[in-house]
Amino acid sequence: MRLAGVARIVGLSLVAGSWTSAAEDIAAVLESSFMAKNQATMARLQQDAVQEVCSAPRGTPVEETVLSELRQQRLDAVVLPADGVFLGDWQRGAEVAGNGRGLQSSDDPTKPNGGNCYACHQLAPDEVAYGNLGPSLTGYGARGQSEPMLRYTWTKLWDTHAYNLCSHMPRFGAQGILSEQQLRDVMAYLLDPASPVNQTKQ
Amino acid sequence: MKTVFFWSVCLALSLGAARVPADGVFDQYRDLMGDDNPAVFVIDEGEELWFTAQGPKSATLEACDLGLGSGVTAGAYVRFPRYFADTNEVMDVEARLVHCMTTIQGRDLESVTAKPYSLRGDLGTEIEALVTWLAAESEGETIAPEQTHAAEREMYVLGEEIFFYRAGPHDFSCATCHEQSEMRIRLQSLPDLTSHAGAANAWGSWPAYRISQGLVRTMGWRMRDCFRQQRWPELQMGSTTSIALQTYMAVNAAGGVMSAPGLKR
Ligand code: HEC
Ligand code: HEC
Repeated sequence: MRLAGVARIVGLSLVAGSWTSAAEDIAAVLESSFMAKNQATMARLQQDAVQEVCSAPRGTPVEETVLSELRQQRLDAVVLPADGVFLGDWQRGAEVAGNGRGLQSSDDPTKPNGGNCYACHQLAPDEVAYGNLGPSLTGYGARGQSEPMLRYTWTKLWDTHAYNLCSHMPRFGAQGILSEQQLRDVMAYLLDPASPVNQTKQ
Repeated sequence: MKTVFFWSVCLALSLGAARVPADGVFDQYRDLMGDDNPAVFVIDEGEELWFTAQGPKSATLEACDLGLGSGVTAGAYVRFPRYFADTNEVMDVEARLVHCMTTIQGRDLESVTAKPYSLRGDLGTEIEALVTWLAAESEGETIAPEQTHAAEREMYVLGEEIFFYRAGPHDFSCATCHEQSEMRIRLQSLPDLTSHAGAANAWGSWPAYRISQGLVRTMGWRMRDCFRQQRWPELQMGSTTSIALQTYMAVNAAGGVMSAPGLKR
């Protein structure tokens, strides 16, 4: 029953002893425990393939072929900017990085979503209110603006699981959290030499 | 003087003007206010409510069995969540209170559960006051949730699975923010609720007076608000998810000391 759940979605069977999702059992429990509120609908409780595989409690083994196949699927689904323009305006990007609102039941759905990068990353060295779930990105622009670097960073923001399956970072592009233009602006905030991210502490 | 400082701290915190580490402001508040946790008034209110006759049956809650026998409140809180034979369910304190209000006092389920947690600016709800008093009735006791019945152990396993269950547009689970130590979101430190130390500290300090909101909050509210940040729909009081997650945290916390009501930023 439980095995069937993962196998159906990923198209592979798991070796004995690996973790299997109880998604089908949990789904009924969740259904009875929540109520839709504003934009936070009940449909949000349903998992996609990434969420299902990445819900294994810490330390439980998941078969490597499941992971690599899923990672490849995510990589294939990344949408690069159609016009080939990766970089926008770092000043608007700063707003996106600092804004923690968006998609909560308490948020105004007519306002643009934030990226909330500061919740998890250090960026501009003068900003002291930063979280540490992710690595510091201060000085990120030193990596340059070569084509591979632009593609790497875009892909990381579009769908972090394309490189690092089960990363804690949200999928800003793939899940529609940020628009293409917002992604360009955040890219500029990371990579523009004039951006505060790439200045030394005042 | 004390009050002026108190309110300016509240203001600074509620405006989120946290360009200085919030913990610094919090420590200042603590130094000044010390043991003056405003929750003491809520404890008194909860006790009063327990002994007030209410509902169609005009009964007090003294006949309510919290697991240690009718009317026994001292030391009851630290054994929750636990299985009750009369309902054949594992219940948390909130669910048990609702059960007693509807059966013993004969009150209407919908009206009792309509608004379990207060909104900002409210004076606090009946559930909040009762839970706060009951937690205070276990102050200093060892956290020891029942895990003898199979249903209680199943509830723990379910809680663990929900704790790691990722969903919603941001792919968040409780574990995203609470499975590592020394972590923070912006300036708020995040307890590792998978560890004994982190869970004991958290479980033992709720319900808590939230300085920034001027209200006492229960663990049920704390989880509802974390689910809001998780971009999920709204967690319902007394739901299986609420009870499972509390079982997960309480069992991880077992052996720790109950020191609620706590004081939070
Ligand atoms: C919930 C926490 C979280 C949020 C919010 C978040 N990230 Fe991340 N991010 C992480 C974690 C954890 C990693 C490291 C693991 C990984 O690479 O997947 C990471 C990695 C990265 C990397 C790769 C770092 C490297 O050295 O190559 C970049 C770039 C990045 N994040 C940018 C951003 C930007 C820009 C935002 C806001 C739009 C953001 N992140 C929001 C958690 C987060
Ligand atoms: C996006 C990050 C995030 C997620 C996801 C999250 N929390 Fe939290 N949680 C926080 C933050 C931030 C705080 C501290 C809040 C504060 O200081 O006001 C917190 C505080 C708590 C506390 C109180 C700890 C204490 O010592 O006072 C508990 C308990 C808790 N969360 C449980 C949960 C549970 C259970 C879940 C899953 C339903 C969850 N959290 C999901 C960010 C999160």
